[in-house]
Amino acid sequence: MPATTPFHDRIAPLVQTGIWKHWSGYLVPPAYQSSLATEYWAIRSAVSVLDTSPLFKYRFTGPGARPLLARMLARDIGQCAVGRAQYTCWCNPAGFVLQDGVALHIAEHEYLLTAAEPALRYFRTLARSMGVGPVEIEDVSTAWGILALQGPHAHDLLAALTPDITPLRYFGLTRTTIAGSEVIVSRTGYTGDLGYELWIPAANAGTVWDALAREGEGHNLTPIGTTALKMSRVEAGLLLLGVDFNNAQLTWVDAERDTPLELGWGWMFRRLDSDERDFIGREAIEAAQRERTSRWMTVGLAVDWHDYERVYTEAGILPPRHEVYAETTMSVYRRSEIPWDYAGYASSFLSSSLLRRPIALAKLPLDLAAPGTQVELEVTVIRRPHNVLARVVETPFFSPARKTASMRPSTTGSTRPRVSPSATPPVNPEGPA
Amino acid sequence: MSYDAIIIGGGHNGLVNAAYLARAGLRTLVLERRSIIGGAAITEEVVPGFRFTTYSYALSLLRPQVIQELGLVAHGLTVLPMATTFAPGYGGEYLLLGADPDLNYHEIARYSAEDGEAARHLDHQIARLARALGPWLDRIPPNVRSAAPEDLAAMAELRAFAERLDPELRDLLERFRSQSAGEIVDDLFQTDLIKALYASSGIIGSMIGPRDPRSGVVWLYHKLGDYDGAPGSWGFHQGGNGAFTQVLARAVAAFGGEIRTQTSVTGVLYDDGVARGVRLDDGSTIQADIVVSALDPRNTFMRLVDPVDLPEDLVEHINRYAFTGSAAKVNFALSDLPVFPTLGRRADVFQGFLNIGPSVGYLERAFADAQEGHMSRRPFLDCCVQSTIDPGMSPPGTHIMSCFVMYAPYALAEGDWDEKREALADTVVQTIAEFFPGFERLVLHREVVTPRDIEVNVGLSEGNIFGGELFESQLFVNRPAPGWNQYRTPITGYYQCGSGTHPGGCVTGGPGRLAAQQILADRRRQARP
Repeated sequence: MPATTPFHDRIAPLVQTGIWKHWSGYLVPPAYQSSLATEYWAIRSAVSVLDTSPLFKYRFTGPGARPLLARMLARDIGQCAVGRAQYTCWCNPAGFVLQDGVALHIAEHEYLLTAAEPALRYFRTLARSMGVGPVEIEDVSTAWGILALQGPHAHDLLAALTPDITPLRYFGLTRTTIAGSEVIVSRTGYTGDLGYELWIPAANAGTVWDALAREGEGHNLTPIGTTALKMSRVEAGLLLLGVDFNNAQLTWVDAERDTPLELGWGWMFRRLDSDERDFIGREAIEAAQRERTSRWMTVGLAVDWHDYERVYTEAGILPPRHEVYAETTMSVYRRSEIPWDYAGYASSFLSSSLLRRPIALAKLPLDLAAPGTQVELEVTVIRRPHNVLARVVETPFFSPARKTASMRPSTTGSTRPRVSPSATPPVNPEGPA
Repeated sequence: MSYDAIIIGGGHNGLVNAAYLARAGLRTLVLERRSIIGGAAITEEVVPGFRFTTYSYALSLLRPQVIQELGLVAHGLTVLPMATTFAPGYGGEYLLLGADPDLNYHEIARYSAEDGEAARHLDHQIARLARALGPWLDRIPPNVRSAAPEDLAAMAELRAFAERLDPELRDLLERFRSQSAGEIVDDLFQTDLIKALYASSGIIGSMIGPRDPRSGVVWLYHKLGDYDGAPGSWGFHQGGNGAFTQVLARAVAAFGGEIRTQTSVTGVLYDDGVARGVRLDDGSTIQADIVVSALDPRNTFMRLVDPVDLPEDLVEHINRYAFTGSAAKVNFALSDLPVFPTLGRRADVFQGFLNIGPSVGYLERAFADAQEGHMSRRPFLDCCVQSTIDPGMSPPGTHIMSCFVMYAPYALAEGDWDEKREALADTVVQTIAEFFPGFERLVLHREVVTPRDIEVNVGLSEGNIFGGELFESQLFVNRPAPGWNQYRTPITGYYQCGSGTHPGGCVTGGPGRLAAQQILADRRRQARP
C-alpha cells in the first residue's frame, strides 16, 4: 500500500479530480482541480501550497556533521552559515551526479538535507568510512511534513501567522512558531517565485495546515498538485531527478549519467582552483573542467513563436499551447545542410502561459550551448515530425525581482511579472532555486 | 522410417533440441521412457480437478531466443507474472514485495530504511550484471582444453569481456564468485527477514548452506533470468510447467519431429567411436547418425555408453561431478487459501513466491540437519499457489500449493525415503502452520516427492534438480567437464543437451538450443567436400 503524508486527511477532501499518483511511494494528487492553468497561475499571481512531504529528509548532528557534508556534497557547505540554506548536489567518485537537494544549516552542529531518493545507507556508510568525528545521521522523513508556500502573496500570508519571517533573505531560514507548533521556515522553493518552505512536525501537520488555510482565504491560497509545480520549475530552469537527469547509482551506463558541469551547475565549482575542498567527485569534475571533456551542457531553449505557430498552421490545426507540459524526449537538431542532423534532446517542455512561448530544458553539445545559438526542436504535428526554430537562452527563463527581494512587513510582491527570457539577470550566487 | 537424429529423453531440453533439429530439416525422433513427456517439467492431475506441478514449478531463465526462434507463442506459450514475493516471519512480521520499487522501499523500510535502499541498489546492480553476462548464457562456451583458433579467440573474448566490465559490476561478480550468500547479505542488510529472503536464492536446489562460499554463484544464477523483461522475476506457465513442455512438443511436431513415449533407451549404439543409433529395452534398435542425450551427465557418460570407451579424465570428472540431491516437493490440494493472521484473507499474498525461511540462522539450522543425513526439522520452503492467478489449476474456490522443500538429503543417515515420506509431509504441514495457523485443516490431499522419487521417476541422478550442482566448478567451461563442455562427446555423432551442460538448470532451454547449434554446425562441416 502506498504511504500517505501527514497532510493526507486535509488534502484528500480537496482533490476534486479524484486522481492520485505515487511520488516516492506516497499518494499525492497531480492536480486538485480540473483547471491546471488555475493551479499554475496561483503560483505566479496569488499563493499556492504544495504538500512536498514525500521528499526524503535527513538530519545530521554532531561535530562530524560539517566535515561529513563537506566531503559528501559537491557544493561548498562551508559557505552555508547557520540560518542559511543551500541548493546542492552530491556525486560519485567518477563525478556523476547522484542526487540534488537542499541543505538547511539549523544550528552549529545540526543540518537537515532533502533528497528525492533514499540515501540513509549511503550517508551512513560514508560517515563510517571517513572517520570525520561524531556525527549522527537520522532519517527524519516521516517526522516532518513539508509545505511549499509559493507565489507573490506567500510573504503576506505567512507574515500574518508569524513575525519571524520578516525579513528573511532568499535562502535564509528561521525557526518559528505557527499555530502553536514549532516550524522551520526557509525562503526556498522549486517554482522560481517568492516562496517559503515550511518544515512542520508530522504530529502538528493538521493544525498548521488549518491555520494556513484560514489565513489563506484572503489571499486565494490554492492547493496545487505536482503538475503545476513542474510547469513552474521549467520556467525557473530547475532540473528534476528522474526527468532531466538520473541518479548515477540507478542507471546502467555513463550515457545516462551527468556530471554537475553537464547539468549546468558549473557555478557550484567557480572557486575550485582556489579552494582545497576534498569532496567526492572533485578530481573528476576538476579534470572535466580543465580538459573540457563535458559531453553536453544543459541549457534553456526558447522556441520561436512564429515558427511554432507556422508548422501547426500549415497543417491546419491549432498549436497546442494550453496546459502543455511534457517530460517526453524531444530531439534537437543542428541547423546545417544535413537534414535531421541530430545534436541532442530536450527533456522537459512547457508551453509557458506566463512567457507566452514554448520553452524547454535541453542537453546540447558544447558548440551549440552558447546563448543565442539557433537549433531546431522536433515537434510532432498530426503524428509527423517537424522541426521548429529554437534559441539557446540563459536560465532561469523567469526570475521575478520578488523572488529575492527584501521583504518588509505588509509588502505584496508585484503580481505583474516582467518577462524577458533573453535578458534575465545573471545566475544568483545562491543558486538557481 | 529412418531418422537423422534421435534425442534420448523428452524433458524440456530434449524437446527444445529436437525442435531446432527438426526445424533444420532433420528427421528427428524423441524417445521418452515415461508415458508423459516433459521430464521434470510436467503437470499432473493427481486428484481429479487438481493439477499439480509435480516437480518444476516456475519459469524465469527460459532463453528468449528459444521462444522467438521456435515460435512458441503460436504453440500456446503463456507465462503469467509472479508479481509478489511474500516472506512471513515470526510474531506476525512479514515482507510483501511487489513490482513497484518505491513501494518495496517503504515495505522494507518498516524494518530498516537502509535495507530498503540497499535492496534497491542490489537489485539494480544484479540486473546490470545479469544483462552483461546474458550473452555468455546464449553461446557455446569456449573449450579450455582446445587450441583451435575459434576456442582461443573465444577465450580472448572472455578475457576482454572481463577487463571491459564496469568496475562496479566486476566487484559484484567477484563477490558472487568468492563469497557466500550469507556474507553478502550480512554486509548489505540489517534485518533478518530481508537477509534470509535474498540469501535463500543461494541455496535453492543445492546441497550447501547459506554460509558456503559457493552459494554466491547459486544466488547469481537464479537472478540471470527475467519475466518478460522484468529482471530477476519469475512467472508461471499457464497450466503449469507441464503445459510449457506441451508447447514444446507441439513445436517439435509442427517442425515434423516425432515423439515416442513409453520407449526406454538402454544404450547408445556405436562402433569405432562413431554413433550408429540406440538400443531399446525390448532389444530392438533404431538407427541414426546423430544421437543426443538429454539426460544428465552421469546417464550420458556412465550408463548409455560404456565408460571404458571414454577417456579416463572425462570419466574421472563425471565421477567427481556433484549431483547431490538436496530438495523435495510436497504439493497440496487445499480446500481454501491459507490465512496469514496479520494480513487476513488476501490472495495477493500468494501471487508469486511464498518464502518460508525467516532468518539466515533458520536456513543454517535447516542445513545442519541435512549435513547429518536428516531432513530439516524446520525446512526452508519455497511455495506457490498458482491457482490464485491461474484458476484452471483447481476447482473453483479450492487451490493447489506447490512447496519446494529444503533440505531433503538424497542419502539419509537412517532409513530410506519411502519410510520418511509421510514424516516429510508432516514436517512441511507443521512448518507452514506456524505461519498460517490452521493450515493442516485445509489439506485435501498431499503429494510427496522425495529426492529418490525425482531420481526414479524423472531420471535425474540423486534427485538433483539441476542435472548437477550449480557450482562454479561445474558451470560454463566446466559443465559437465572441461574439454567436453561443447555438447559433443568422445563418440562422434553422440551429443549431450541436458541441464548438465551449459548454461545449466532452471528450465533455460539453453542446452537444447546450443547443442542443436553445435550439431548443425558439425553436420555442415562434414557435408563440405
